[in-house]
Amino acid sequence: MTQKKIRVLLAKPDLDGHDRGAKVVALALRDAGMEITYTGLHNSIDQIVNAAIQEDVDVIGLSIMTGAHLSIAKTLLHRLKRESVDDMCVIIGGVIPKQDISKLEDLGVDGVFPGGAQFDEITTSIKKMIAERGE
Amino acid sequence: MGVAKYIKNEKDAIEEVIYQSGIKVKPSYGPKDLEEVGFDYEKDLADPGQYPFTRSIHPQGYRSRAWTTRQYTGFGTPAETNARFKMMIAHGQNGLNVAFDLPTQMGLDSDDPKAKGEVGRVGMAVDSLKDFEIAFKDIPFDRIGAGLTINANATVMLAMYQAVAKKYGYPKEKISATPQNDILKEMIGRGAWIFPVEHGVRLVGDSIEYAVKELPRCSPVSLCGYHIRESGATPAQEIGYSFEIARAYIENVVARGLKPEEFVGGFSFNLNVYGNLWEQIAKFRAARKLWAQMLKEEYGVTEPKKLFLRGLFGGGGSGLTKAQPENNIIRSSYYALAAALGGAQTTALCSFDEAFTIPTPRAALLSLRTLEILMDEVGLRDTVDPLAGSYFIETLTKQMEAKIREEMQKIKDLGGMINAVSTGAIQSEIANQAYAFEKGMQNNELIKVGVNKYAEEDEPEVELHEYNETWAKDQIASVQEVRRTRNTRDVVRCLKKLEQVSRDGLNVMPCLVECCDAYATVGEMTGVFREVFGEWREPNIF
Repeated sequence: MTQKKIRVLLAKPDLDGHDRGAKVVALALRDAGMEITYTGLHNSIDQIVNAAIQEDVDVIGLSIMTGAHLSIAKTLLHRLKRESVDDMCVIIGGVIPKQDISKLEDLGVDGVFPGGAQFDEITTSIKKMIAERGE
Repeated sequence: MGVAKYIKNEKDAIEEVIYQSGIKVKPSYGPKDLEEVGFDYEKDLADPGQYPFTRSIHPQGYRSRAWTTRQYTGFGTPAETNARFKMMIAHGQNGLNVAFDLPTQMGLDSDDPKAKGEVGRVGMAVDSLKDFEIAFKDIPFDRIGAGLTINANATVMLAMYQAVAKKYGYPKEKISATPQNDILKEMIGRGAWIFPVEHGVRLVGDSIEYAVKELPRCSPVSLCGYHIRESGATPAQEIGYSFEIARAYIENVVARGLKPEEFVGGFSFNLNVYGNLWEQIAKFRAARKLWAQMLKEEYGVTEPKKLFLRGLFGGGGSGLTKAQPENNIIRSSYYALAAALGGAQTTALCSFDEAFTIPTPRAALLSLRTLEILMDEVGLRDTVDPLAGSYFIETLTKQMEAKIREEMQKIKDLGGMINAVSTGAIQSEIANQAYAFEKGMQNNELIKVGVNKYAEEDEPEVELHEYNETWAKDQIASVQEVRRTRNTRDVVRCLKKLEQVSRDGLNVMPCLVECCDAYATVGEMTGVFREVFGEWREPNIF
């Protein structure tokens, strides 16, 4: 059975330009056989959601370093809902304090990977969440 | 171990050591090694203070003057930041290094919808001259210089600094500001760019040209290998790329009819200290020599002072870890040692809690104390360039010099730095290296104490700086009051003129000072540039 490639949109929302993490994860996911679209810097949530819909991705990954992850996640999930998108997983990486991981998950984020997360862990989680969505 | 590669045998003895820049290190060094690399005291080192300044730009190094300490500081509103500046100065800090929030760095006013959630978060919010008046209140401009960590719209902030100094009675000839103002490195790392490459470089050129005539004590550009390294470059690339970036700026200004001799004295450097200790020290020594040689041989600069590589060697951010954060205090001490042994003029350290967020006052003060202990207690002021003559260090310095030259040549082969950045060739190279490095960390080829060796399950909680939502509210109210109370006609006139000057290719600086005097906002001034220049579109590297 040939499996369809998992499509991931990686994005840097808003103003922050520290994209080492986003680029490194993009390369790791690509090596793990996924198809990657990277939005580049300074994207509004609207731009990210539009790109995700246009590219018909399975996963939206946000890299956030500024501490604004909770408000960004809320806005993104709200926008997805408004666009009636319910088949995309959302993952967040970056500088995420431990106590905020469960808060993000409660909001509806499917996976949180703070700096230092292992590539294996990220790819395995993505595959698992896609499989669960498909069921 | 650390960032270098170590190949060990079955008895855990080290068989091979390879530094990030690709230099292999031997178990021991002697006179023969110096012979092999062609080491010549007069040519390669010379006495401290003598060309090519490998040992030091000053004959006596820290004996005549200790380094300037400039912790990166700024958060919330200008009032909060002013209080923190004063606290740091009261504890012995003798320079400022201003952190701006992202909306300011991206040229957006605090009440711009795109600024939402970011006002005062990672630095101080600045909208107009009123904010600089508050931030720099009671700061002695003639005694304390200020680094301004801003790039895409550094011209705006340099103009505002001149305007606030004037307001407080300091003539522009007396003030010393170092705006970061290195747009090409923003495009390679860090990411706070706005305008397309050629317009970004033109603004850098404008500030250099202006400073030559009007701001003789300012250093209009700080070449930041620092952020390029943070993005994944090797130490040799950090220096090589900075020099090739400098070349792009030099050529822009030369095209305006100025001679390099007239303006290169205004270039300073911001370089990284994390990594292997010896590799950093060799890097700083080799960089000083190569910079002096490049300016003298390629650009005909003769006055010794103009050949100095003056720099802030510090930071070390990507060396710090969230795991066992107190280890960062110790790590940073060694990074600071590298800066001192490398002959830094200015320094600053990332604080131990900065892997999480911007530092608490306690953490910032610990960083300052680390620097003070080196100068006042441990003996780093005793003698200049104490490692000179070491078989190892001198061999390594020569090897590093060769590696840096190789990196410079690669950029030339890519058609120069502007081309390398526009095509994304350099960003791609660095991203691949960052990925290889991360893989090395994950498979334990590279060692980080507390992360992939000696890790602990339970981490103690650390007290962290917390973002206060009311700062944004206060700042928004403040900028709106400025807009209500200023002379609107003046502002409109100045901004119109700025647009014309920008379109005509004239130097924007004098007009920016007028705009600042009239309380035009950062968003309005940068907005004019946005309209005239457009915005950069990053090359896709995937």
